[in-house]
Amino acid sequence: MEKPRPLWGNPLQFVFACISYAVGLGNVWRFPYLCQMYGGGGFLIPYFIMLIIEGMPLLYLELAVGQHMRQGSIGVWKTISPYLSGVGIASVVVSFFLSMYYNVINAWSFWYLFHSFQDPLPWANCPLNSNHTGYDEECAKTSSTQYFWYRKTLNISSSIEEYGSIHWEQAVCLILAWLVVYLCILRGTESTGKVVYVTASLPYLVLFIYLIRGLTLHGAVNGLIYMFTPKLEQLANPKTWINAATQIFFSLGLGFGSLIAFASYNEPNNNCERYAIIISLINSSTSIFASIVTFSIYGFKATFNYENCLSKVILLLTNVFDLEEGALTADNLDSMKDYLISTYPNQYAELLPQIKNCSLEAELDTAVQGTGLAFIVYSEAIKNMEVSQLYSVLYFIMLLMLGIGSMLGNTAAILTPLTDSKFLSTHLPKEVISGIVCFINCIVGLVFTMEAGNYWFDIFNDYAATLSLLLIVLVETIAVCYIYGLRKFEKDLLLMLGHKPNWYWKIMWAFASPVLIISLFIFYLTDYIRTGTLDTTLRDQL
Amino acid sequence: MTSISFSVRLEEERVSFWFVVTDSARNVTTVPGSEVEAAIRMNRNRINSAFLLTDNTLQFLKISSTLSPPIEPTVPVWLVVFGVVLCLVVAGILLLVVSGIRQYKKKNHESAETGDLEDNSNTPVTTENGIPCDILDLKAGQINGVYAADDERLTPL
Repeated sequence: MEKPRPLWGNPLQFVFACISYAVGLGNVWRFPYLCQMYGGGGFLIPYFIMLIIEGMPLLYLELAVGQHMRQGSIGVWKTISPYLSGVGIASVVVSFFLSMYYNVINAWSFWYLFHSFQDPLPWANCPLNSNHTGYDEECAKTSSTQYFWYRKTLNISSSIEEYGSIHWEQAVCLILAWLVVYLCILRGTESTGKVVYVTASLPYLVLFIYLIRGLTLHGAVNGLIYMFTPKLEQLANPKTWINAATQIFFSLGLGFGSLIAFASYNEPNNNCERYAIIISLINSSTSIFASIVTFSIYGFKATFNYENCLSKVILLLTNVFDLEEGALTADNLDSMKDYLISTYPNQYAELLPQIKNCSLEAELDTAVQGTGLAFIVYSEAIKNMEVSQLYSVLYFIMLLMLGIGSMLGNTAAILTPLTDSKFLSTHLPKEVISGIVCFINCIVGLVFTMEAGNYWFDIFNDYAATLSLLLIVLVETIAVCYIYGLRKFEKDLLLMLGHKPNWYWKIMWAFASPVLIISLFIFYLTDYIRTGTLDTTLRDQL
Repeated sequence: MTSISFSVRLEEERVSFWFVVTDSARNVTTVPGSEVEAAIRMNRNRINSAFLLTDNTLQFLKISSTLSPPIEPTVPVWLVVFGVVLCLVVAGILLLVVSGIRQYKKKNHESAETGDLEDNSNTPVTTENGIPCDILDLKAGQINGVYAADDERLTPL
């Protein structure tokens, strides 16, 4: 007989672990972008419809399966049918790919966090060029935050072929990130269960602080209005619905085996139905909450840049035409420009290339997602706030908590099947297995710290976990409903929870979700075959 | 000793002047322009503050102002913070690993001391009135299917 399976200390640890896993960077850097691109407030309609059709049912399915079979993903699918053990292995492989590149984001967060303890922030100003007469050329062309990201952090080369050398500072941060993950998973659920109290709740505290700060910033309202004005005509665009479905699907982290792993450490009579609903609702509300914060920050940044642009134009015109100080203001700029064009046509024509047309909409329109949003746009907004060091530290700690929470789920998905297997667990204690997995991931992850590393990161981000997950979850749903049998599954749920699932769950499991996933899969596959690249819809979802 | 004489010409609406620096110690000759330029470059700050102006409001033609470099702290601050966090994390890992090894050794030590009735694994010994069940004759009783162990419920296909 073997040791009893380790359990969560209390059901709250399980819920916090799932929330910490599901609420990840995608909620912060992907959802606001989608909201902006696909109809503002109107995007919430397809979002909630998809939550009900596929989000909750698939989440409940995975949790119930894991809780009932009480094994990791490989064991679970092997139990359902020996022919399906490949599904479990696929989950573990995808989780492995994900953990390889996902922790690099945590390394970047550490890097920015450590650099936040300086005054002024290192990304606030451009460095000077060699004879100190102006700013560094690369920096002057873009902006100090972009320079800091691309040159100081990534030290990016010009193409993926130019490998360059390993950026030792990044490598060291990556090693630290893996040490932190190892510390959290070292003792299995015993240690993970305590850590998730922090990783699940701290991001909400920081988001709340940022909400208050963000809403009181000058110009925040512009961003919020821009985001939330519903553009209902976008509902007719099929891409809106596809993006809503994809976002719900990937945001919950289905198909990796993490949810199965977490649920397998539950008491057998845990009410996973209630928790599935709670977790999916919390995940979606966090996305909306984070996008309110993001858009107030956008509004602030756009207004700041717009006013800067205006004052630069005013200064230029005042100098060239020798006008009085204060003759040109933001309000009379347009009429004065017309006057100047008519009185000094030649001089104005010469000046024309230097005069930028400042537009608030153009600034707001720079919709960004992914690492660009998290590390460039946010840091640009932070550097203009008062007490920027404090906000910077808070923000990057939040990113770290979100990232580490997701990493805990990923590593659980890999380690649970490994520690379940009798062969490995008799020969090696679980601390050593965890250590080996972390070590291998760390060594492979050093690739992403090279100069060309960000290009590799983009490849992994786009292709590693996207189509394969759709396929895995599709097979999972079909396996449970048709191969294992929906009636047998109903009886198992009756045994575990004390009541049978009602007709809503059964219809979603048996028809709606598989049909939806098949249509998503066909859409992406045909799009990929047609265009040759995977639709950027799928990236940065997690 | 040097003295500066000013000649102010109000050509433009901006206040502008040009000046000549003479060295009274050397026969009131003008100091060459390159030396003046070098001196201004070095002491720009003092000249600005004498007029209560800044680089943006006081411009010397032909002398482009150099920008002050960003303040570089002597010790890279990020390394310090990194070092602190790294030490904490490594200490935490070592603590957990060492205590895990100690617990493991204690468990092995304890189970080696107990008698033959208990297995080395942690399964509780089922007893009926203080007598272990494997001694009792189980065939006389009925096995209650509800309490079947997990493994037996899930027969492999």
